[in-house]
Amino acid sequence: MSDGSFGGFVAAAAARGELVVQPRMGIGDPAAMRAGLLAVRRAGVPAVGTLTLDSYTRVGDHAAVRAALAAGDDLNGYPIVAYPPSTTRAVLAGLHGPDFPVQVRHGSAKPQDIVVALLAAGLHATEGGPLSYCLPYSRVPVAEAVRAWAESCLLLAGLRERGGRPHLESFGGCMMGQLCPPGLLVAISVLEGLFFRQHGLGSVSLSYAQQTHPEQDAEAVHALRALAAEHLSDVDWHVVLYTYMGVFPRTRHGATALLERAAELAVRTGAARLIVKTVAEAHRIPTVDENVAALRIASRAAARAEPGGPVADTGVLAEARAIVEAVLDLSPDVGVALVRAVERGYLDVPYCLHPDNAGRTRAVVDPTGRLRWSRIGALPLAGLVETTGHADTSAAELLRSLSHVERTFDDAALDPTGIG
Amino acid sequence: MDLAEPTSAQPGLDIVVTSLASDAHTWNLVYLQLVLEELGHRVVNLGACAPDDLIVTECARLGPDLVVVSSVNGHGFHEAKRVIARLRARPELAATPVVVGGKLGIDGPGGRRRATALTEAGFDGVFEDAAGSIAEFRSFLDRLPVGVRS
Repeated sequence: MSDGSFGGFVAAAAARGELVVQPRMGIGDPAAMRAGLLAVRRAGVPAVGTLTLDSYTRVGDHAAVRAALAAGDDLNGYPIVAYPPSTTRAVLAGLHGPDFPVQVRHGSAKPQDIVVALLAAGLHATEGGPLSYCLPYSRVPVAEAVRAWAESCLLLAGLRERGGRPHLESFGGCMMGQLCPPGLLVAISVLEGLFFRQHGLGSVSLSYAQQTHPEQDAEAVHALRALAAEHLSDVDWHVVLYTYMGVFPRTRHGATALLERAAELAVRTGAARLIVKTVAEAHRIPTVDENVAALRIASRAAARAEPGGPVADTGVLAEARAIVEAVLDLSPDVGVALVRAVERGYLDVPYCLHPDNAGRTRAVVDPTGRLRWSRIGALPLAGLVETTGHADTSAAELLRSLSHVERTFDDAALDPTGIG
Repeated sequence: MDLAEPTSAQPGLDIVVTSLASDAHTWNLVYLQLVLEELGHRVVNLGACAPDDLIVTECARLGPDLVVVSSVNGHGFHEAKRVIARLRARPELAATPVVVGGKLGIDGPGGRRRATALTEAGFDGVFEDAAGSIAEFRSFLDRLPVGVRS
């Protein structure tokens, strides 16, 4: 049964055999943001709402937000810090509650002011993490992001003393959106979950973003659940799947088919929640109607899908486990372990330009459509991974790997016998 | 892919590739770097979320032949106007070729209107996300003088 919290809502839906779906919606204007949340609530599917923040707020440039609002310029999300709490409370009034939790999604490496603002508005669920919102999206030193996220966790966890049930989701399953092999995605998600627990969170979710190959993805979500069961048995946790976060199909049929495959993957692997993408993804920020349509498509596809089914073991669990254990061995404090792991290249995200990232790993989509390491740098995967032995990736190869999913689904959409 | 400093002894351009302060996207930067390096140019990649001050100080320090600003988060039009004013205010960067491209508004390609405003603000080229923009960008590169730095 739901206890009124974000984690409780998802657990109750899972107990009914329903997949919770969620948009990535954020609109600068409060009235339009409220209308968007209302449309999601009324979509007729098991859904949670989202306030996605604008990218000035993400980097802490609240002066730029105020200047944009004064000039009437468009923002690419909802500026929760610049608005007074009363504005956000009015956006949420009568909408946010036990039967419709709302999560704040932001992308900030130093989110303390965002956490303060969401708590002041009566919210209690957000996402990110000291690596997943630092390495791909910021120039903040990892040690500084670890401190900032420890403070943010303490702020959120403080709600528990007042009877609340805060929830924090790791974005670790989405490093760079694409071309990060599943073993590393799973490991970072688990490590951030452990970091959240160490800093007082009792309800967390671990993410995994759909990649290039359905069987490899199913194996990865099973690996994530296995490691979560081992390491997080004393907290409430669930797995959230993100619909493909890389270059998205441009055709309506291709985009829809990719979303449906994500919903099926979630049901097959026991993920409890799915972040959707829309047919507009390749072109621009989607409208509210496009988001609602995506929620319904995903929910219908989930209802048709069957749980379970065998998954071949190609070594994703062993890879993720080796990384998690090597990192945890670096310090009894998870935050210190994360900093040391990045310094030593035990955690090294392919193609990530962050100044602290070692930058010695590379990955490609192989001819069978699976994501593979082509260089492992200092990752603790010796003996577990065969690299392709290629030299540096060319621009054409990189583009081919980056557009593999887009091409597969768009080509099929244009072929009446295909998967679209 | 290393971030080594450019050396201007060889032919090819010394190019700074950069995002803008609020833009966290990286693949556009990684791809541009590979394309430019394969064309024989040398690239310093400032990465995602580059603050205005960093862009200005790095460009002034490196003295590149070309600055390529790439942004896809929808704030690019406004942020690029702010940054080009800062770059052009530095005498040593007043004449440096600076171009911008990507998805510059939240409403899809902005056509001639945004391109004109950005050109008037001081950009030498505007390449909005659309079929053919990489080809246009390459032909712009072909027109730049190569290896003439002292």
